Amino acid sequence: MADVALDHGGSAEHPETTTGLPHTKLAMWLFLGSECLLFGALISTYVLYRGRAGPPPSPNDVFDIPYTSVSSFVLLASSLTMVLALAAAQRLDHGQMRLWLLCTAMLGMTFVGGQVYEFTSFFNEGLSLETNLFGTTFFVLTGFHGVHVTVGILMLLSLVGMSWTGRLPTDQSFPIEMVGLYWHFVDVVWIVIFTVVYLIPTPSPGGPGGG
Amino acid sequence: MSERRGETEGTVRNRLLRAALAAGLLLVLAACAPNATQDTMQPEGPAAREEKALFVPVFWVAVGVFVLVEGGIVWIAIRFRHRRDRDRMPAQIHGNTRLEIGWTIAPALVLAGVMIPTIATIWDLARKPPPNALNVTVLGYQWWWGFEYTDPEMARNYGDRGPVRISDVLVIPAGRPVYLSLVAAGGDIDRPGEVDDDHIVIHSFWVPQLGGKQDVVPNRTNHILLEADHPGTYTGQCAEFCGLQHGRMKVRVVALSAEDWERWRVEIRRPADTPPPGSLARRGMELFMGELSGGRGSCTSCHTVGGTDASATAAPELTDFADPTHECFAGCNWSTTDRAALEAWLRDPNAVKLGAKMPNYHLTDEEIDALVAYLSSLD
Amino acid sequence: MATFERRAGLLPRPTATTGFWGWLTTIDHKKIGILYGATALLFFLVGGLEALLIRIQLFRPDGEVLTAAQYNQVFTMHGITMIFLFVMPMSSAFFNYFIPLMIGARDVAFPRLNAYSYWAFLFGGLFLYSSFFLGGAPNGGWFGYAPNSSTDPTIGMSFYALGLIITGVASTAGAINLAVTVINLRAPGMSFFRMPVFVWMGLVVQLLLIFSLPIITVDLFELLFDRRFGTHFFDPTVGADPLLWQHLFWLFGHPEVYVLILPAFGIMSEILPVFSRKPLFGYQFVVFSGIAIGFIGFGVWAHHMFAAGLGPVANTAFGVSTAIIAIPTGVKIFNWMGTMYRGDIRFTSAMLFTVGGIAMFVIGGLSGVTHAIVPSDYQQTDTYYIVAHFHYVIFGGGVFAFFGALFYWWPKVFGRLLSETLGKIEFVVMLVGFNLTFGPMHILGLQGMIRRTYTYPASLGLTFWNEVATVGAFLIALSVLLFLINVALTSLRPATADVADPWDARTLEWMTSSPPPIENFAEIPTVHALDDFWHRKYVEDERTGRLVPVQAGAAISHEEDAADHHGHAIHLPSPSFWPLVAAAAMPLLGYGVLFSWWLVGAGVIVALVGFYGWALEPSVAGE
Repeated sequence: MADVALDHGGSAEHPETTTGLPHTKLAMWLFLGSECLLFGALISTYVLYRGRAGPPPSPNDVFDIPYTSVSSFVLLASSLTMVLALAAAQRLDHGQMRLWLLCTAMLGMTFVGGQVYEFTSFFNEGLSLETNLFGTTFFVLTGFHGVHVTVGILMLLSLVGMSWTGRLPTDQSFPIEMVGLYWHFVDVVWIVIFTVVYLIPTPSPGGPGGG
Repeated sequence: MSERRGETEGTVRNRLLRAALAAGLLLVLAACAPNATQDTMQPEGPAAREEKALFVPVFWVAVGVFVLVEGGIVWIAIRFRHRRDRDRMPAQIHGNTRLEIGWTIAPALVLAGVMIPTIATIWDLARKPPPNALNVTVLGYQWWWGFEYTDPEMARNYGDRGPVRISDVLVIPAGRPVYLSLVAAGGDIDRPGEVDDDHIVIHSFWVPQLGGKQDVVPNRTNHILLEADHPGTYTGQCAEFCGLQHGRMKVRVVALSAEDWERWRVEIRRPADTPPPGSLARRGMELFMGELSGGRGSCTSCHTVGGTDASATAAPELTDFADPTHECFAGCNWSTTDRAALEAWLRDPNAVKLGAKMPNYHLTDEEIDALVAYLSSLD
Repeated sequence: MATFERRAGLLPRPTATTGFWGWLTTIDHKKIGILYGATALLFFLVGGLEALLIRIQLFRPDGEVLTAAQYNQVFTMHGITMIFLFVMPMSSAFFNYFIPLMIGARDVAFPRLNAYSYWAFLFGGLFLYSSFFLGGAPNGGWFGYAPNSSTDPTIGMSFYALGLIITGVASTAGAINLAVTVINLRAPGMSFFRMPVFVWMGLVVQLLLIFSLPIITVDLFELLFDRRFGTHFFDPTVGADPLLWQHLFWLFGHPEVYVLILPAFGIMSEILPVFSRKPLFGYQFVVFSGIAIGFIGFGVWAHHMFAAGLGPVANTAFGVSTAIIAIPTGVKIFNWMGTMYRGDIRFTSAMLFTVGGIAMFVIGGLSGVTHAIVPSDYQQTDTYYIVAHFHYVIFGGGVFAFFGALFYWWPKVFGRLLSETLGKIEFVVMLVGFNLTFGPMHILGLQGMIRRTYTYPASLGLTFWNEVATVGAFLIALSVLLFLINVALTSLRPATADVADPWDARTLEWMTSSPPPIENFAEIPTVHALDDFWHRKYVEDERTGRLVPVQAGAAISHEEDAADHHGHAIHLPSPSFWPLVAAAAMPLLGYGVLFSWWLVGAGVIVALVGFYGWALEPSVAGE
């Protein structure tokens, strides 16, 4: 949806560009590059403080790996439905596209809902932002990710709404592709978080921390 | 028009030349500055000497580069300036690869040359202390310095036989290495409402004539190996922004000759004397140890006087307040022999040092006199 | 008077391109560039006043002009203002105005996003300054080291965190926009290696911002959360490591200093060839060194932490990498000298500022090299020696280049030439004042004057050079005043006739009128070489091999320009107020976090309204 001035050639949505890449796609990749650094810094903070001695609870006290694996799978599945939505859009089947976009959004909402439930149970077990370094780094990292997922859900629902009310041109799939890029990125970030935070075992407190 | 232009170019040339001369002169002057007790160019210890020995040659290399480059710019600007009578189009040279590679490699070689002694000195300064080094823990608070002598020969000869603690002035033996362990301290002052808590923050311990600085980082212990060549007093201050009174967090190092050091070492490990009954100093001691009038708490909630019940460590140690080596107080901002300064501090610490963690006890003149007498007796 | 189009949508679409509404709803890169420039200059004046306050306080020992509390706010805001609210937006002003022109484009890739970036920057700056009236300005230094910044009891450092997050969002959006513009909107025939150096530096700067800003954003959020929500990122009492703040900060902070200086390098690389009448010597080397600086710049950050106790291995590694980065930075100077060598040099104000800027940058660069001598840095760091260094590079190099650029490009933007006489006087006064202010600071630092101190005792022998520095600061102020007078007088004089190309310059922006029409070029040129405009004016004479002007009357535009684009209409994006609305959400969110959750709610609603309005509005009205 670049609104650059046009002179000749190209279409309203895809003006001629020097590289042939549409502006929005290039911008989205640069933005995702920026987001890599954002999550990189947050994950680094988590890793730096992993395993430091402090008041309980620690990760091993609260994590329910099977549960989080299921919600991770839900998010992964949403990437699949996103691909199906894009394929439908490319086939110009906007009905199917809306369906798969809705599925993606709902799977995303399930994931977020699952996180809310998980965090509430952690909180009830005594883990908050303020409790210890684990609480601080865990909730901020996953919270930032959750906000990104939520923004993605809003975009997905917006696409559905725009398509339904005829504001989405039916001859192209570009907006779907862009939102899809963002959605897949958010999913990949979760895979990294899930691996680093949940799957890689936390060393016992009193290990090489501090100093 | 051309006169104005010539004037301008001449002005440019003159300005640049004058700036170059002035710069050189200033730097020469800098080396001879009197009264500069924190002058890094007047080292009084091996670490500072090593650091200066690295700086000075590099400085002269930089001066050489400066003269060549700035001189080149000035010469080019004059030689190739547009002249009204010649309207020429210069040859449109785009570059010269060999030259450009050359002037990339040349600076690289100079820098490599400079980095070799640099790296050697980094590692030398990071060496482990020799066995005869005196061990002192430096404690950085908001906004004063405390020192703990952790060697067995420096244990107090009374009470729990813990390490000797002093504040504001670090006393060391001249000619002997001192291995400083830097610890960020604080967080023990808790007077709700009246003063802000003192926070544990980053400081930096710096006594320029003895050596470079190292930061005092919470949850880390950094080290410096310092030594004073000769007996004397060396001033320094905190060099990492640490809040409101960062600019007034000063320190002094008093280096003593071997005999003076031994004498001081015996003295400092003894508890404070109790003033004779009936004296003004005794009255001061009673005020110090007891509840101050109006139920405003007592000095013992933050301060230590060795050999008494006052043993809190949140504020500077007062056991040897009047010792001759203890030249300054309250972040080393005032002389301990300056009675007026001491009175002003006791009267209202915040008025003389905004943000000081010591509250205003609204002392009467009589109380202040007594306390001053007591502090003056602590030697 | 605004005129609004009725259309089926949320609100009527503005159409004005002049007057108050024209400026408020503009999405034209040229107007946005002027907005950035004017706002940046205003903040420069404010930051300059703060500098004068600092120098007045430090004029004498035990100064009492400012209390410690006031001083700490003033020096903190001076740093924040000069870096984030002056130098960066001033660069944005030049990039915004001139990159599209230099690459033969009609606007940037995302004009409304461009407007959003400006308004977000403005609101961020105002948000930061509102802190003076809402409980206290930031007082922990522009570098905000924790735990001091996370435990300071006044509200200022919370304003710091939120304000810089807001301006960071503005800069990130602007960086993505300009990067896409440079990559994707070049005129036909303009390959990367036919782009002006200014555009190259612009591209490197945007990429530096895209990859460094998120790191400080995380740092600032962590600080904000420690201060407001009880987290422990920097809390040593529960085992946190305060150095985390520094690592994240400087991972951003070091690329940031190249963000500050590379635009100046670009400017110098444009002005020198024009006023030497020779091409830039070693264009490819200059471009590659800029790219190298961009990469290596991410590998030197801990040279700001040599005294933090990282250990000899880290100190060695970063000392070496710092020495390495001096090389691409330094060789540019030789390239610039090579440009002037055997040229036909005309010392206009633009050229004076540029050459003076290079001379000052050399000094700053040399002192920077001495910082790389790590053990010597144990003495230099956190002293006025460092203050001297960075003012020589950022002010001496960067700001002098900015003034050069202002004199160089003023006729293109405003259609009139600034007074050369006033400009030359301003240069001399600024050069003298600048050196008097910052030259002695090298000495003060070596003599043991720490940084960020609100006073010093008479016993340290620092008084004389502090007095000199204060006098110099007032001279700088005088020179800036002269510039403002120059601007005022110039605007009162009648417009100069035909200043499309007053300097006989080399790059495409001089090919169009002054000021350019809204569509920039009647016909987008097809580019055949580096300095394409120059080659349209001068050709090589067959006999002598020297350049001679093209026959008088010959068209600057080539036939093929028209042939490629003949017959197609030009569609320009239309003005919009959604960027302004969307940007307004951010200060609301900021105030909300500090004072009231209702404001956060309001901010979220404004953001949603703003972004949906924006997304649903076609870029060109009537489509």
